[in-house]
Amino acid sequence: MEDIYAAFATAAGLILNLDGDLLEIIGVSLQVSLFGVGIAALVALPLGGAVALLRFPGRKILIVFLNALMGLPPVVVGLVVYLLLSRSGPLGMLGLLFTVTGMVIAQCLLVTPLIAALSRQVFEDLWVEYAEQLRSLGAKPSRAVFTLLKEGKYSLLTVVLAGFGRAIAEVGSVLIVGGNIAHYTRTMTTAIALETSKGDLALALALGITLIIIASFVNALAYLTKDVLERYVV
Amino acid sequence: MSLINLLRKIKITASMQVLLLLLLLGPGTAATAEEFITLSSTTSTQNSGLFDYLLPKFKEKTGIDVHVIAVGTGQALKLAEKGDADVILVHDKDAELKFVKKGYGMERREVMYNDFVIVGPKNDPAGVRGLKDAVQSFGKIAAAQSNFVSRADDSGTHRQELRLWEEARVDVKASSGKWYKEVGAGMGATLNTAAGINAYTMSDRATWVTFRNKADLELLDEGDPKLFNQYAVILVNPSLHKNVKTEAARQFSDWLVSPETQTLIGSFQVEGQVLFHPNAGQAVTAK
Repeated sequence: MEDIYAAFATAAGLILNLDGDLLEIIGVSLQVSLFGVGIAALVALPLGGAVALLRFPGRKILIVFLNALMGLPPVVVGLVVYLLLSRSGPLGMLGLLFTVTGMVIAQCLLVTPLIAALSRQVFEDLWVEYAEQLRSLGAKPSRAVFTLLKEGKYSLLTVVLAGFGRAIAEVGSVLIVGGNIAHYTRTMTTAIALETSKGDLALALALGITLIIIASFVNALAYLTKDVLERYVV
Repeated sequence: MSLINLLRKIKITASMQVLLLLLLLGPGTAATAEEFITLSSTTSTQNSGLFDYLLPKFKEKTGIDVHVIAVGTGQALKLAEKGDADVILVHDKDAELKFVKKGYGMERREVMYNDFVIVGPKNDPAGVRGLKDAVQSFGKIAAAQSNFVSRADDSGTHRQELRLWEEARVDVKASSGKWYKEVGAGMGATLNTAAGINAYTMSDRATWVTFRNKADLELLDEGDPKLFNQYAVILVNPSLHKNVKTEAARQFSDWLVSPETQTLIGSFQVEGQVLFHPNAGQAVTAK
């Protein structure tokens, strides 16, 4: 119990003092996760929409496959990206191993199936609701996706936030691909793993508390944006 | 939906993509502007704080940033074999010599040493306290079937531990999952497990001294010459991987064995204890 009390005190101290090292790793964490998820969303939302609205052979298999990939272990993604980016790997000449960009690639791969699979369900549910209307207007599926994207933006925002949650919380892939280099690729989660291995459980837990607070900020920001849009735009 | 609306939407997504791309490339390009080398090393050197103490001084002198990947010796050597590191600082002489012999590394130089210690429950059920004999200690732990947590991660510490079991004529594989627990983790995680189940384990002194979650564990046996732990720096051979930054790596290696740095290493203390004893130049193993 002492460790837990100490953790809350340490967390408060870290945040109130705006500890420089802490701000740095928060910066890296946010940078990696926001870009990873942002790029994943650009690919995964259209993909989810396409799988929901288009009819093609193997569609059901693809849906099952996407759903299964939601359970992709981060360590495996990390290992695959490591082997690709290693100097001995096919993309070695890019020199992206142990860089922030490499970590963004790993998180992007990790989150894309999650956003695609969840958004596919959102699009499908919306389609049931709007199909008749859109068909009567003669909308092609590509046009329909745009309309549904607009109608379902709040559900889809939640989907993207789920992706962000997975990205910011995972340690397996960023540890392997980033290498936990101090002042360079150290994130909140790899710092937590490091402090745990040093036996400094209070500091590790304090970093965990800070991580939750940061994630809450991001989610609150998303929620506020939604609120403002609802009130003044739509 | 009007055409203008649609166009506007496309424009927004396009500019967003450009922005994302720019921001994504941002950190990558910013990082290459600064000269750096990648050092693969062991958790003991990182967790003890030695690198936090030394590396800023190296940067001050040369302007070169050192990116440390802290893993077990086995993995550190693998990273270097694949060309993902420029220089390594590890502690497993047999594996290091093999690494150099196979042509992956060159210019192995010994830098410093410390020692392994045997830690375990305060009440010491196997009775190893103060034996000053690692092999006898291991024999007693096996005879008492007291819980022992092994790194089991192919690290320098793990390999040393296995050599000691062999000398004690204990077949630990046969007891794996019973009193002998193979956790396959770094030194810190292994100490956390040992603290959790109040078991014996073997640690390098630096990690043990700086470890904060000792619970009921105590240092029980130390001082056997067999527990000697030598660290060496090796350059990665650039003939296999063109990207390896040999010049900067050699500057780092030269700096580590220089008299000034050796003095720095010897004066690094945690809780009043010297964790690494400099011994560069006392035994040089060339190619």
